[in-house]
Amino acid sequence: MASPLLQLQQLAVSYKVGRRTLDALRDVDLSIDAGQTYGLVGESGSGKSTLALAAMRYLPANGFIRSGSIMFGDKDLAKLSPEEMRARWGRQIGFVPQNPATALNPSVRVGDQIREALRLYSRDESDVMEILKQMRIADPARVARQYPHQLSGGMQQRMLISMALSGNPHLLVLDEPTTALDVTTEAAILDLLRGAQQMLNTAMLYVTHNLGVVATLTDRVAVLYAGELAEDAPTKELFRQPLHPYTRGLLDSVPRLGQRKDVNRLRGIVGQIPALGETIDACVFAPRCPLAIEICWQKRPTLDAPTPDRTVRCHRWPEIMAGDISPSRAVEKSSQVTKQAANQVLQVDGLQVAYKMPGGTLQAVRGVDVQATSGRTLGVVGESGSGKSSLARAVIGLVEPSEGKIDLLGIQLPKRLTRRNRVVLSHLQMVFQNPEEALNPHLTVGESLSRPLITLRGVKPADAKAQVGELLAAVRLPADYADRLPSQLSGGEKQRVAIARAFASQPELLLADEPVSALDVSVQAAILNLLADLQIEHQTSMLFIAHDIAVVGYLADEIAVMYLGQIMQTSPAETIFDAPYHPYTEALLSSVPPPDPFVKQERIRLEGELPSAVNPPNGCPFHTRCPRFLGDICVEQKPPWRETEDGKRIFCHIPLEDLLRDQTDVLQFEGAKKS
Amino acid sequence: MTAYILRRLAFLGLTMLLTSLLIFVITQLLPGDVCRVILGREVGENALEACRLDLGLDQPAPVRYFTWLGDFLTGNWGNSYSTDAEIRPLVMERLGNSLMLAGFTMLVGVPIAIGLGVIAALNEGKAIDNGISLGALAVVGLPEFVTGILLIEILAFRLGLPANSSIRETATFAEAFPSLILPALTATFVLLAYVARLTRAGVIEELKQAYVRTAELKGLPRRTVIWRHVLRNAMLPTITVVAISFGWLISGLVVIENVFNYPGLGRLMVFAISRRDLPLLQAISLITVLGFALANLVADLLYAALNPRIRIGS
Ligand SMILES: Nc1ncnc2c1ncn2[C@@H]1O[C@H](COP(=O)(O)OP(=O)(O)OP(=O)(O)O)[C@@H](O)[C@H]1O
Ligand code: SF4
Ligand code: SF4
Ligand SMILES: [Mg+2]
Repeated sequence: MASPLLQLQQLAVSYKVGRRTLDALRDVDLSIDAGQTYGLVGESGSGKSTLALAAMRYLPANGFIRSGSIMFGDKDLAKLSPEEMRARWGRQIGFVPQNPATALNPSVRVGDQIREALRLYSRDESDVMEILKQMRIADPARVARQYPHQLSGGMQQRMLISMALSGNPHLLVLDEPTTALDVTTEAAILDLLRGAQQMLNTAMLYVTHNLGVVATLTDRVAVLYAGELAEDAPTKELFRQPLHPYTRGLLDSVPRLGQRKDVNRLRGIVGQIPALGETIDACVFAPRCPLAIEICWQKRPTLDAPTPDRTVRCHRWPEIMAGDISPSRAVEKSSQVTKQAANQVLQVDGLQVAYKMPGGTLQAVRGVDVQATSGRTLGVVGESGSGKSSLARAVIGLVEPSEGKIDLLGIQLPKRLTRRNRVVLSHLQMVFQNPEEALNPHLTVGESLSRPLITLRGVKPADAKAQVGELLAAVRLPADYADRLPSQLSGGEKQRVAIARAFASQPELLLADEPVSALDVSVQAAILNLLADLQIEHQTSMLFIAHDIAVVGYLADEIAVMYLGQIMQTSPAETIFDAPYHPYTEALLSSVPPPDPFVKQERIRLEGELPSAVNPPNGCPFHTRCPRFLGDICVEQKPPWRETEDGKRIFCHIPLEDLLRDQTDVLQFEGAKKS
Repeated sequence: MTAYILRRLAFLGLTMLLTSLLIFVITQLLPGDVCRVILGREVGENALEACRLDLGLDQPAPVRYFTWLGDFLTGNWGNSYSTDAEIRPLVMERLGNSLMLAGFTMLVGVPIAIGLGVIAALNEGKAIDNGISLGALAVVGLPEFVTGILLIEILAFRLGLPANSSIRETATFAEAFPSLILPALTATFVLLAYVARLTRAGVIEELKQAYVRTAELKGLPRRTVIWRHVLRNAMLPTITVVAISFGWLISGLVVIENVFNYPGLGRLMVFAISRRDLPLLQAISLITVLGFALANLVADLLYAALNPRIRIGS
């Protein structure tokens, strides 16, 4: 077989911070063949970006290659001069970054930025139009004349990809290229990459924390943990039988489409990734590993090759491979579901939220009706700009709705927060997306938690301390955390404290706006389970907002799908993945990359861009992009609500019989259906 | 963009109108009787009365304001109280000298300053950077008369450049040039430090941006990355400051003009104040403010022209 295109051998990379030298990568061996798509996964801080940048010899100023080699063709990149590297950048190795908004020069037209690359690679400048067309851009001449800030995130990323491909590189390094994008946009970008890859036979090193992307796009995957290669295998084999307990933990942390909290709990991984430090003579994963035994603490495992085309760094892989032991964590005993009579907690009717803007009025929410009942979760999914956060903000009182009625326990809420009394405030609590901003940095955890106890529940300050301990225990944090400041907590721990604070006043309704999307998958799994347990215990009603339909499907009992300020479909969570669907739900489901390479997925892609909420389309809001568009009726008339027998409600002109006839299940599971 | 320019021009007009009002009110509120100042202490009441009539001081203030403004706009700036010379040619000549000095200072100072700033930024933390930063700091700390006198000491006496920069009225630029060097150098020092430090900060900030990485990883030569990508964005704040400082260079060089005896607007202003020469003072003030306002306008327009995010948005 031909020699690999890129081969990292015993690569070690360190960062100098002050006087200390921190090891970010240790003894990494990895090789990529020409034309291969190689995924690189791991939690935040595991060293993925460091590896990607090191492979291009473009480390931050304080980073350096301590030892090892980076063979690219027959040259060791680690030994090349900066000028020799420059001759390879763009022409042999292309790069696509994570955040397209900042990666383009803001004061140069995008067309000129691409032309600059073409000129550099001695190509014809007029190829720009051709290249943009290949990126499936409808109006390339106009787009080329635009400045980056005039384009959407998806368009900006297309510009960067076309630039990276214009030098016809042998290797494309992509660092989380779709993480900042919506799923429907992500799906389109992944299609483009697949197409380009087939046409140009470019090898790709694709860095991501999204196991779904890895499963659908890559040929091979490497799993990084704490700067070490834990495991490396062909994608299908890795998903079929992970040999490293960390890989197993990652797979057990993400809900598969259709996985439900009450049937099949996420197992996750305990603890968190260690801070950078020195190489220790033990397995780096031992503190979190359910299979750790004595030798794991005494000797660092070697990188073994169980089969010719996979490697793993674990003492116990032979037992795992033979099936003698299971690396899955035991499921935590969850609170028993006691079905109680559900009573209505929240009733929202005809809610509208509008924001005044320089260019007009942005209609964020346009007539939404939702209900939430005690002990149950209403999940709201939608892409950015669908109005899901505005809905939550109106309910909690952070924005004043322009129209509509919000009832809590049958009593209409004043729209303005200042008019709401203590009882209302204590019944309504919210958990936000970013745990970093949720807590007052100057208050200890104990102080943060006793405040709502004292002000909203009237607990005497003297008794608050004991109750703080109970709250901490409820979110599985040790009691001595009460004395810590937020800066001494990890992101996941902060989110636990925020959840404890929300439950302090024993709310009837908890609003959770993307509470897990800033967290690593292992932490996300733990938080989702925590929310589920607390809800069962307190019979709280929950409005859970997320962009990830698998996460919503896992936690919610009912699901509302939003698009451009309106609800397109509501459905029991159990049936959200079954046809018939609203055409938007169908597109959404076919865009989510399932974290399972054995799932077959329909491919439906949305054309065009999300219309402006300042001037939303008439009739059906989805008509400008709907793949099942019927014609004038969709443009002119508001669709009716159609109800299915299994409790779905669909906002569409297409009759249910037709939907049932034309749609098949978007996701086809191999073997037994669903988990 | 056209709408933006028109809006800015209208705004400029309004600013000037308000300023003229302010200048008028302040000069009217100055203590002392103008005619007594003009005619001296010994004259009788009759002569004073005649003078007041002559100057229209018996009219109500609003009428006097509009008469003054109208005269000014039609080019009739009147005569100086103290020398009786016509004001317009006098101010215009001094303005010309000031513009010459300001222009020359910018021509020499700005490229050097930007160059030093860029060099410092590209060598952040190294010896060159520290040298430039320290030098700039030292120069900013020194008052202009100290740098001026030092320069006279070093350059004028050793190299024979004229330390006295008075210019004959009829002098051509070539003749005036040697006189410009020392005051311009002194002014350059002040400008240099500001602009160099600003440029350095701007370039360092831009070098951290993600688009620089994109440009580098395209494989562009370092030169191109700096020139075409980094400088273009890093220069935005600098350009604004440079344009605004042109306004300051026209009228704010009082100290330097005095040290070198240079016949610019600043010195004329000091003269007008010391003689209570109101019409002269009013004319100089208006011209100076106009200079500032125009410099600001140019700064804003340049910024908008170079920054698509502003241009398209408005
Ligand atoms: N310039 C730097 N100086 C010091 N430490 C750094 C630097 N860059 C990264 N690190 C550290 O190196 C480790 C690996 O970081 P890296 O960015 O490669 O992780 P990652 O897997 O890409 O994480 P993420 O998913 O958050 O992007 C982290 O602990 C990080 O804090
Ligand atoms: S070596 Fe031991 S601790 Fe490390 S992953 Fe394997 S079993 Fe777990
Ligand atoms: S109403 Fe028409 S445009 Fe809207 S979803 Fe149904 S078919 Fe598509
Ligand atoms: Mg990263």
